[in-house]
Amino acid sequence: MRAYLSRRYVLSASHRLYSEAYSEAQNRAVYGKCANPHGHGHNYVVEVTVGGQVDPVTGMVCDLAALDGCVRTKVIDRFDHTNLNFDQLFAAQVPTTENLCLAIHKLLAADFVHADLERVRVEETQNNFFEYSGKGKHGTASSRS
Amino acid sequence: MILLTRKAEFSASHYYWSEQLSPAENVRLFGKCANRNGHGHNYTLEVTVEGEIDPVSGFVVDLKQLKDVIHRQVVDVYDHRHLNLEIPEFKHMIPTTENLAIAIWKRLENQIEGAKLHRIRVYEMPDLFSDYYGEA
Repeated sequence: MRAYLSRRYVLSASHRLYSEAYSEAQNRAVYGKCANPHGHGHNYVVEVTVGGQVDPVTGMVCDLAALDGCVRTKVIDRFDHTNLNFDQLFAAQVPTTENLCLAIHKLLAADFVHADLERVRVEETQNNFFEYSGKGKHGTASSRS
Repeated sequence: MILLTRKAEFSASHYYWSEQLSPAENVRLFGKCANRNGHGHNYTLEVTVEGEIDPVSGFVVDLKQLKDVIHRQVVDVYDHRHLNLEIPEFKHMIPTTENLAIAIWKRLENQIEGAKLHRIRVYEMPDLFSDYYGEA
């Protein structure tokens, strides 16, 4: 039987939302205080959902330690206590939480092989969060939420 | 169609151990969860049902009835019990969070009048949960 396992992780990072394609005034209009020159930070919560058949012997979708290890080495160690604007993934992209969510999905999709990556959800604050389920599957997970 | 979710809590103990694996394999795979004296959690259960809104009552389902069914079928059975030792479905099945979600689905399926079960979500910890949608 197919089940889904979700695990939540925390990472703290800073960012500044500012696009070179915009004028100062446009940046201010689009990003508001998020465009302040020295950046600001968040405690991001990353929720990773994987799916698969429940193994009849272990009773698990996948080894939780394998998921923790992958998320830690590929995501947490990379972004935690860093300035996202300086990460090469955001060299040509504004590190909005939408883009962070896509970046994390890409990093995990490329490395995690023990179950299907179903969804990455990134909570920037308690009041706003972003979800990505992968190209072509958009809406699959959110329609179940 | 609209979704409605009711939460409930229960506290139970369990351990992870498969007779099909050697002791060393059990310890390697399950870590401290394989401690044979067991350990426990405060589980949070979310039961999501789907249905149409009754034009008269404005309800998808009678919440009191849903609460009663969840308690009768699940909470009263699991709460303050050792899942491996006292719950029949876990006699030969490890009570992982995934298997709990599936077992709870089976306990609630076709028991809720006027609505269809949509999702069972079981939180073992605030940062770890499992979902089951009735898929094969």
